[in-house]
Amino acid sequence: MRRAVSFAVLLLLLATSVSRAMADERLVVSLSTQRVLINSVFSGAELVLFGAIERDGTAPERRFGYDIAAIISGPRQSLLTLRKEQVAGIWVNVESRTFVNVPSYLAIFSNRPFDQITNPEALRRLQIGFDNTILRQRIGPDVADVVREDTFRQAFLRLKVERRLYLESAREVTFLAPTLFRASVLLPAEAPVGSYSVDVMLFADGALITRTTSAFEILKVGFERFVVTAAREYGLLYGIFTAMTALSTGWFASIIFRRD
Amino acid sequence: MEIYLPIADLPVNVFVVFAMGLAVGFISGMFGIGGGFLMTPLLIFIGVSPAVAVATVSSHIAASSFSGALLYWRRRALDLALALMLLVGGLIGTGAGVWLFTQLRAIGQLDLVIALSYVILLGSVGGAMILESVRAIIRLQKGERVGARRPGSHTWLHGLPIKVRFKQSRLYVSVIPVWLIGGLMGFLGAIMGIGGGFILVPLLIYLVRVPTNVVIGTSMVLTLVTMASATVLHAATNHLVDAVLALILMVGGVTGAQFGAQSGQRMRSERLRLLLGLLVFSVGLRFAVNLFLPPGEVYSFRLLVGER
Repeated sequence: MRRAVSFAVLLLLLATSVSRAMADERLVVSLSTQRVLINSVFSGAELVLFGAIERDGTAPERRFGYDIAAIISGPRQSLLTLRKEQVAGIWVNVESRTFVNVPSYLAIFSNRPFDQITNPEALRRLQIGFDNTILRQRIGPDVADVVREDTFRQAFLRLKVERRLYLESAREVTFLAPTLFRASVLLPAEAPVGSYSVDVMLFADGALITRTTSAFEILKVGFERFVVTAAREYGLLYGIFTAMTALSTGWFASIIFRRD
Repeated sequence: MEIYLPIADLPVNVFVVFAMGLAVGFISGMFGIGGGFLMTPLLIFIGVSPAVAVATVSSHIAASSFSGALLYWRRRALDLALALMLLVGGLIGTGAGVWLFTQLRAIGQLDLVIALSYVILLGSVGGAMILESVRAIIRLQKGERVGARRPGSHTWLHGLPIKVRFKQSRLYVSVIPVWLIGGLMGFLGAIMGIGGGFILVPLLIYLVRVPTNVVIGTSMVLTLVTMASATVLHAATNHLVDAVLALILMVGGVTGAQFGAQSGQRMRSERLRLLLGLLVFSVGLRFAVNLFLPPGEVYSFRLLVGER
C-alpha cells in the first residue's frame, strides 16, 4: 500500500515536471523603442512595454489568471549620500555613506500589489519592490546591503523617488486581454545615458512561470554628444574654446554697441 | 523654448536663462562689476549643480568683463602694468582655488564652503558699502564737502620692499600687496564663481591708492584674465563647464551690460554704491538664511565620478 502511494506521488511529480517543461507559457515582450535619443530638445521620454503570453495547447488552466512584474534598471553608478546636521548653528554635512553600484534608474511595476502575486521569499529572491532591491553600501572595509529601516537607505530611496529616477507601482502593468499586457515607462530628463535592462516576469498561482529580458539604450546624439565628448576627452581644448568664445562675445558686443 | 544642457544634464528654458543673463548683465554694467555673485546663486536656483554653476559662470564673467575692458581701453582708463602685476598673483590664486575646489568636492564640503564664503564675504563687503555710502549721502545733504583723497598719501603698505612705478596710476608702490590682492581675487573667483570686482575696486582704492579713474578698467582686465583661465582650468580638471549654458548667459550678459552702463552713468555715485551695497548684502543674507534655517531635506546625494 505504502509502495503504491509513493509510486503514485512519483508519477504525479513526473507528470507535473513534464507538463512544466512541455506546456510552458511563453512571454513575448516588445518595447516601443530600443534607442532613446537625447538631443537639444530632450525633456524626458515615455517608453511603452508591450507583452503577450503565448499559451501552448497543453498549458494548464490558470484559475486565477496571470500576474506580471517588470523591473527596468538603468546603468549602475556609485553615489555619495550625505546627511546634514546642525553644528554651531549652521547646517553642515556630517555623515556620508557610499552606495556602490546601484541602479541609476529603477522602475518596478506590476499589475497588482506585490505581496498578492507571490510569497515574500520569492519577492526577495527576485528583488521585486524597493524593500527587496539590493542596495549595497560601503561600510568601513565591507560592502553590503543593510536593513530596510536604515535611515540612509530610506533617504536614498526617497531622494531617488523625488527625482522620478526610482518608481514603484503595483498598478502600472495593465492587462488589455487575459494574455496581453502593457506598461508605460517614464524616463525623466535626468535619466543617465547608457543601457537599461528590462526584466519581465510571469507569475501564475503564486509561482514564477517564466521570465524574459530585453533592453534599451539612452544615448546623446548630434550636438549634445559632440559637446559631452569634447568636454570629457579634450577638456583643455574645450576650455580654451569656451574662453575664446567668451572673449569674442565680449569683443563683438563692444563693436555692436560702440557709440564713440 | 526648452533646451537640454549637455553638461549640466537638465533641460532649461532658453528665454529664462537669457533673461537672467540680461538682468545680471544690466546690473554688472550699471555698477562696473562682473555679476558672478548674482549669477551663480541664480543658476543654482534653477537647478544647475553648484559645481557646474561656478565653473560655467566664470566664462560668462570673462565675456562681460572683456567688453567692459575694451571700453575702458579706448578711453585709456586702465593701467596695464598694474593689471599685469595683479595677474601674477591672480593666476597663482586661480590655480590654488581650482585645486581646493576639486579637493572640497571630493570630501563633500564644497557646497558648505561656497555658502559660507558668500555669507562672510558678501555680508561684510555689502555691510561696509552700505555704511560708507549712507555716510557719504548724509554728508552731502548737510552740505559738507567730501575731502578728496590725496593720491600721494602713504600707508604702511607703501613701506614694503620691491617697489615698482606704475605710470598710468601715478604710483610708486611695493608689488607685494598688489600680488596678494591679485592672488585673493583669483582664489575667490575659482571657488565662489565670482569675478570679485566689487571687492577688488575698494581694495585698490583704499589700500594701494589707485586713482578712481583707472581702477574699474584695471580691475576688469584682472577679472577677465582670471575668469578666462578659471574657465580653462575648470574645463580641464573637473569637466564641468557647460558651453551651451555659458553661451546663452554670455549673449544675454553683454547685451544687458550695455544698457546697464547707460543707466549707471545717470546716477549719483554714492546712490549707486548704496544700491550695490544693498544688493550684495541681501545676496549674502539669502545664503545665511539657508545655512541657519533647518533644511526641508537633510539628506542629499551626488554621483561619484571615477568609482565603479
